[in-house]
Amino acid sequence: MAGVVTHRAHPVSDLSRFENNPATREPPWVKRLILGLALSFFAVFLLLPLFAVFAEALRKGWDTYRVVLTDSDALAAIQLTLLAAAISVPLNLVFGVAAAWSVAKFDFRGKQWLVTFIDLPFSVSPVVAGLIYVLMFGAQGWFGPWLREHDVKIIFAVPGIVLATIFVTFPFIARELIPLMQAQGREEEEAAVVLGARGWQVFWMVTLPNIKWGLLYGVILCNARAMGEFGAVSVVSGKIRGQTNTMPLQVEILYNEYNFAAAFAMASLLALLALATLVLKSWIEHASRRDYAPVPEGRGKV
Amino acid sequence: MQPIYKVISKGYLLFSALALVVSPGIAAAQTTLLNVSYDVSRELYKDINAAFAAQWLAKNKEKLVINQSHGGSSSQAMAVINGLEADVVTMNQAPDVDILVERGALVSADWRKRFPNEAAPYTSVTVFLIRKGNPKAIKDWPDLARAGMQVIVPNPKTSGNGRYTYLAAYGYALQANKGNDAAAREFVRRLFANVPVLDGGGRGATTTFSQRDIGDVLVTFENEAALIDLEVGGGKFDVVYPSVTIEAPAPVALVERVVEKRGTRRVAQAYLEFLYSPEGQEIIAKHNFRPRLDAVVKKYARRFPLVRTFSVESQLGGWDKVRKEHFADGGIYDQIIVKR
Repeated sequence: MAGVVTHRAHPVSDLSRFENNPATREPPWVKRLILGLALSFFAVFLLLPLFAVFAEALRKGWDTYRVVLTDSDALAAIQLTLLAAAISVPLNLVFGVAAAWSVAKFDFRGKQWLVTFIDLPFSVSPVVAGLIYVLMFGAQGWFGPWLREHDVKIIFAVPGIVLATIFVTFPFIARELIPLMQAQGREEEEAAVVLGARGWQVFWMVTLPNIKWGLLYGVILCNARAMGEFGAVSVVSGKIRGQTNTMPLQVEILYNEYNFAAAFAMASLLALLALATLVLKSWIEHASRRDYAPVPEGRGKV
Repeated sequence: MQPIYKVISKGYLLFSALALVVSPGIAAAQTTLLNVSYDVSRELYKDINAAFAAQWLAKNKEKLVINQSHGGSSSQAMAVINGLEADVVTMNQAPDVDILVERGALVSADWRKRFPNEAAPYTSVTVFLIRKGNPKAIKDWPDLARAGMQVIVPNPKTSGNGRYTYLAAYGYALQANKGNDAAAREFVRRLFANVPVLDGGGRGATTTFSQRDIGDVLVTFENEAALIDLEVGGGKFDVVYPSVTIEAPAPVALVERVVEKRGTRRVAQAYLEFLYSPEGQEIIAKHNFRPRLDAVVKKYARRFPLVRTFSVESQLGGWDKVRKEHFADGGIYDQIIVKR
């Protein structure tokens, strides 16, 4: 009995201690006002537009929805978007892990430079990113004459779209992993080496399991951006119907054709992708919390 | 729990399988043609392509895939210069073909002589789209320059549509003022002072006027006005023809460098000639562009009221002069916009 009483006398968590402290307590109306403001802002600026996309998409019924999404141009756009993501995400995965591994676990000259350069695509406007590739691979660009002689098509074709996608999604995975790996330090790797593990063994059996949730998180963000990218891809696409239009480009084209039902149907697919991303993201957060759960309560106390 | 790399690789395999399943199947080696065109001609060329491919199949027993690419006329021209492999270009203003001659000699210098009617198989005219019942009593160009009027025009610097509107107003003012340049400038300045927003392209201006309900009058091409009425209007708008307006021919050309390399000269030539055939002209008229063939013009006379027109060549001294005097940096257009 006594134990239970003592337990109750202590605040259960930090949060309730914060709420019960008179210094941080607010009158209920202030609480409600702030909460209400935040919720209505959320509803008006996030939920309503999301709802509008689906409402517009289904306004002419399920049959129209199905028909416009199985149109050959629409299918080609979906396929190209999936293809661009399927190529760029794994490449950025390999790069991201390699970059984060070297930045977090080793010291070398120019490390700060590398970190800064990884962030470059975040600070460059996507349109400029697209134009860079036009300047390099366009007919008037640096490699243009050589490419034409050898009949290699880069921009206004699938390779250009993949390149642009890789560029804009470049930092996502590395950015996610670097702080995580730096926080984890290198003690475990050093221990593994002392115990006789070789380089790859350390990577597969120590490093990778430690970063898996952060890695998955980065992959999902990277994928979402790869599929949703508009600016850079629009510059290098050439907008050939059924060939070089990705889903976001197709949405714009359909909208400009006054084909609102089809435009919003395509947009609803992208919105679904966003929702799936959110669900996956919260699942990962949940799973990682379980995985990295601190030692059960009580054990740490004396 | 499975190792993380197995989870990822499994997910990835599933994903790639999905990408393949969705694939409509890559077409086997076929003759393809790419038509790079301007923004609002999508619906027209969709129909033209189907009709021409059917005709080509019947005549030559060869299956043809015609791809189309649409965007702002000038940015499309830039894409072709940068290597977009267009077999033919179909633009809405001659400068966007001329630039293909200047930059990289993609089109032959005498492209105007390669097809009839200065290589323009159809034209359109600039008209006014007003709100039903004409509450502001808009009849002609001077009404647009009246105080308190809101006129919706796309940006003449970035859009062919806006450029023609500007030139139409200027040409009208020249005629009304017996060729007095200063008076014409003053008129156009007053007109553009009434423009609340300059949208980047024709479709953007349309959305501003018809969806956001801004403005008393939208100045745009006849075919676009007809399409707005059909697609979004529902009887909310009327078309007004001014006393005189500009004729906007839509030039077409073979891209020599590309047809040479891809060996598509014959089919590309036939494609552009098809635009002049009775069948092609009929499709053009159905999409509210003004055809060239007299028989087709007569048949669709109701859609195309007679209106007095002038062209850039007949009244304004040609595109070269217009480009230098009006649209160059610091040119007449810039001066007008600053002073408005």
